[in-house]
Amino acid sequence: MAESSERGALTEAVFYILLSLYSPMHGYGIMQNVRELSNERVNLGAGTLYGAINTLLEKNWIKSIQGEKDSRKKEYKITDLGKTVIQGEIVRLEELIANGKKIVGGGL
Amino acid sequence: MKHIVRKAFWDYEKEEKWLNEMSAKGMALSDYSFCRYVFTENPNNEYTYRIELLENLPTHAESIAYIKFLEENGVECVATYVRWIFLRKKSSEGSFDIYSDIESKIKHYKRIYVSWNTVMWVEFIAGLMNLSIGIVNLNIGNKLGNFSFGNIIIGTSLTLLGVLFLRIGLPIRKKIKRLQQEKAIRE
Repeated sequence: MAESSERGALTEAVFYILLSLYSPMHGYGIMQNVRELSNERVNLGAGTLYGAINTLLEKNWIKSIQGEKDSRKKEYKITDLGKTVIQGEIVRLEELIANGKKIVGGGL
Repeated sequence: MKHIVRKAFWDYEKEEKWLNEMSAKGMALSDYSFCRYVFTENPNNEYTYRIELLENLPTHAESIAYIKFLEENGVECVATYVRWIFLRKKSSEGSFDIYSDIESKIKHYKRIYVSWNTVMWVEFIAGLMNLSIGIVNLNIGNKLGNFSFGNIIIGTSLTLLGVLFLRIGLPIRKKIKRLQQEKAIRE
């Protein structure tokens, strides 16, 4: 069983940042990628992204790697721990969707 | 061509709005010092402006790292004033907000609220001290001449300033409350 601290819902920003980092990206790339993934719905603020990256680094859900093309820009990548968290979150989200559809009806 | 405008704002969101209106007219903020805005002529609406209160002074290592991160993300820091920073981003690169999550917005408002509150207490304490010194001096026979009247005048104005800062803080407290309510039910 996963630890209790990892059972809570992830914020939308964190979920999309982690998803983005399945391939290495720098901050600007994450912002663009999240915008694309969500069809322009989620527009990460630079300050929000900065805070999230620092927290995720501290929790060791992502790690920083030195970018190849431009060494001044830091790139980030998801860790195995981060991948476990995402997988757990997908299971949790599936439960929510399944229950929602069961009660409200599938033909939304 | 540079244009200098002298103006004072109590509400940083109104200030932001004004800077963006200026930018829409082709006047892009390029520098700021106390109540003094320097605008440079630029194509209309080239930049979107945002103002942020940092946790530390801009010279602090954490602030430097943050500003560097912003610059890597296409956000330019055009001016700093104490802990305030004036940021801009090319409008062509899409909408520009510093914080997109409720939690960070609350934290930012709280920083602003605390800083106004600090000024408010300084004014109140200094004002009330001056008032009481003035009143005590008057009561014990005006030994220090007109000094006590001076104290009363200074004390009254400082206390009024305190009331002013209290009034500036109130709408921010309301905003924090509204966001906290929102956060309780959604992300």
